[in-house]
Amino acid sequence: MSPNPKLFAVLLLLSASVFVLGCCRRFSLVALGRPEERLDAPGARCLRMFRLAFGQQRVLGKPFGLNHFVIFWSFIILAVANAEFLASGLLPQATFAVLPAPLHHALLLLFDLVSLLSLACVLIACARRLFFPEPSLSSDYVKARSPEAFLILSLIALLMLAYFGLHAARIAMGSEDPAAMPVSAFIARHLPVALAADPSALATWSWWLHALALLSFLAYLPRSKHMHILTAIPNCFLAGRERPNTQPREEFARGMSFGVGRVDQFTWKDLFDSFSCTECGRCQEACPAAATGKSLNPRAVIHAVKTNLLANGAALRAGEEPALPLIGAAGEGSATEPGIWACTTCGACMNVCPVLIEHMPKIVKMRRHLVQMKSAFPEELATFFENIEARSNPWGIAPTERTKWHSALEVRPFEAGKTEYLLYVGCAGAFDARQKQVTVALATILDAAGVSWGTLGKDERCCGDSLRRLGNEYVFDRTARDNVSLFAERGVRKIVTQCPHCFSALKNDYRQYGVELEVVHHSELIAALLAAGRLQLKKQVSDLGRLLFHDSCYLGRHNDVYDAPRHALQAVTGAAPAEFDRNTERSFCCGAGGGRMWQEEQEGERINLNRVREALRQKPDTICVSCPYCLTMMEDGLKDLQGGGVRVKELAEVVAEGLRP
Amino acid sequence: MLVVACIKQVPDTTQVQIDPVTNTLVREGIPFIVNPYDAHALEEALRLKDRFGFRVAALSMGPPNAEATLKKALALGVDEAILLSDRVFGGADTLATSRVLSEAIGRLNLREKVGIVICGKQTIDGDTAQVGPGIATRLGYTQLTLVDRIEKLDPLLGRITVRRKLEGRHETVEAPLPVLLTVVRELNRPRYPTVPMRLESAEATVQVWSNRELQLDQEGIGLKGSPTWVSRIFSPERQKGEIVGDGAADPAGAADLLVDKLLSRDLLVV
Repeated sequence: MSPNPKLFAVLLLLSASVFVLGCCRRFSLVALGRPEERLDAPGARCLRMFRLAFGQQRVLGKPFGLNHFVIFWSFIILAVANAEFLASGLLPQATFAVLPAPLHHALLLLFDLVSLLSLACVLIACARRLFFPEPSLSSDYVKARSPEAFLILSLIALLMLAYFGLHAARIAMGSEDPAAMPVSAFIARHLPVALAADPSALATWSWWLHALALLSFLAYLPRSKHMHILTAIPNCFLAGRERPNTQPREEFARGMSFGVGRVDQFTWKDLFDSFSCTECGRCQEACPAAATGKSLNPRAVIHAVKTNLLANGAALRAGEEPALPLIGAAGEGSATEPGIWACTTCGACMNVCPVLIEHMPKIVKMRRHLVQMKSAFPEELATFFENIEARSNPWGIAPTERTKWHSALEVRPFEAGKTEYLLYVGCAGAFDARQKQVTVALATILDAAGVSWGTLGKDERCCGDSLRRLGNEYVFDRTARDNVSLFAERGVRKIVTQCPHCFSALKNDYRQYGVELEVVHHSELIAALLAAGRLQLKKQVSDLGRLLFHDSCYLGRHNDVYDAPRHALQAVTGAAPAEFDRNTERSFCCGAGGGRMWQEEQEGERINLNRVREALRQKPDTICVSCPYCLTMMEDGLKDLQGGGVRVKELAEVVAEGLRP
Repeated sequence: MLVVACIKQVPDTTQVQIDPVTNTLVREGIPFIVNPYDAHALEEALRLKDRFGFRVAALSMGPPNAEATLKKALALGVDEAILLSDRVFGGADTLATSRVLSEAIGRLNLREKVGIVICGKQTIDGDTAQVGPGIATRLGYTQLTLVDRIEKLDPLLGRITVRRKLEGRHETVEAPLPVLLTVVRELNRPRYPTVPMRLESAEATVQVWSNRELQLDQEGIGLKGSPTWVSRIFSPERQKGEIVGDGAADPAGAADLLVDKLLSRDLLVV
């Protein structure tokens, strides 16, 4: 019942061309990226896509997510109705009326109700943006784009209104069954007199309004953030299958460039990510750097990749040097250096992204460029890098001092065949005055449980975690190779670490060097020893009062170890530890990961103060941590905030307390 | 103009121990590093290169394995690296060392006019601070020690103004080129090598000059040319410390006691 199939055909062709051109332009830009394998294990990828894209699992994590869920499914259902609309616009006979009457009736009822539902959701979405703006929805560049959101919402609303106008007119004309479309029938009964007088004119006007709204939407789609309608679902399929607790290796040969300093040095998947972002702001809300007023906003980083790619696309295709730098220029098409250095690599952004965008690996890739190609990094890091290179520890202390923590204990060297576990002490465990107490506590526990363990003594080297997260891949690579060959030479298979950063580096990063080490964090080993009855406590620990457990990012979010430390604390104190408001996978970083430990924190509020304030709201007597960085950051934060009698204990110290008579 | 940075490979002295029986340094397994003051000398030479476009040569005297130190200099951006290595140079004291280094600089000067030689103020293994001034004396260059800032350099007029860091004061000095500077750590913050430069330097060649090239009289170099003999090395015995007061129970009282003690020994001036 199209008023003019020929005119409509021309308009449809025009809109479809604009749509296809827009898509081609963007997808051909994605093809500028470097290769990367993202199609392995299609079955598992499909399952995840159904859960996250069609099930909207992460979208539903926030109350307003339900609204998006309804719009998403309405879109899919109404896509069928719109397909009919387009077909009948060209061929007036091609309608669902050719279907058996009961099925046709059912479809009309479904479309009618779903249209009402999506109109309601669009109004709620507008109201939310107008009256309940969340801080996470605002940021320098993205805030300025909210007219775009209203434009899209208005187009959707217009589509629904036109849909109702068309069907109400048809009902008034008696050409459609009012029983099949209760909402449209209701509107037909309540049409203003001026419209009710000439229902056929209303039908024509509504039809064209619907047609134009639909065709404009199609043409505009690839040029807006609503591109995610096309990319979000495949992005959930293509996302990395391993949690990004590690970064890919780089090959070092003359004549190559390292890291990402130009947008086409990202992989195609990195570029695809940038077109999948809806600018929802969940990453920004979860980011500890953004929450404490630093230059980093993970959403703006992804936005910068997209904007930069669009600005430089033509030059890159022509093989020219792009005009807009990826790092350091003012404006929205460039990531800022302070922002790049502010990342703690805590992974909170990626944990909440509904479409599985990988923010942190992009930041590390840009760090690699800054460190390895430009030698441009915060000046404190020069000392750190030099100390690691010269003495394989962050402080540049003589390696001979590595064994000083056990001056009062008898510690055996690791011997393959005779010793079960290598206790990888870690730099903090060997040199940091406070963490050395933890090492002693852990050694006491292992001895009490009859575990056979030994150390590498002064031959132990730094694991390289901070080097890698800071983008100094060249030195990390040498460190990892040295360690891997040292482990092979000494016959090391099983390792227990007390630092989650050593844990994750040895367990995940070193796998890229062809070694499968059996690495456990001490919290896992202690929990297992307690559960098996191998570790017998002499008493229940009660003098630490109300105990609040803080999750380390590299133990929890990056390696899924949430229960072991809690079980150990439950066994030792007789009660489950108290929890932060933000706990387990939503835990908030202490501020020291990603090499932030070795940099000053001058911008904004200190991250550790934010976390300690959150802790103090729980009125704890003791904050329990399971990481040397967290230990330092929590203790420093408590001192700064005059945290009164609240103390910080490491998990091993709490357990060792139970071994005292 | 050529700028010469003199650098020395030294054992990482924080890791050196003295054998209590033989009174010699235990050097086995001790890593070598660039003498920290020399890293600042090298950095300043490279900054002059960046600012004025001078060429920079890094010069070192030492055993063949000192090549590693010169490769580091190449990774940082020096134009050429020369290792002065010969058995007959071995066992040299500061006098004999300065003879070899000045001869090498003299030969470089024949190829390209040397305007500035930069040395660290001293090495962390010998700690004499004599080699820099020795070179200046032998070459007849103006000698400016303990430089913590180059205030002005006019290559056309051939004049340099530097600030010297002395005890409790600074001194600004102007001098004609050629000069030899010895520098302190406050002068600059050494750069960190980029990876492409590291990879390049790994394959670059370090020129090795022996006495065949320098043609020095063997009586004046190495052990033979060294009037200084080390008779004994020992680490002074550290006296046991004492705990003053009870800091945990009475921090204010402990602090008072400590201040009294320091005053009584003239270690604190009120």
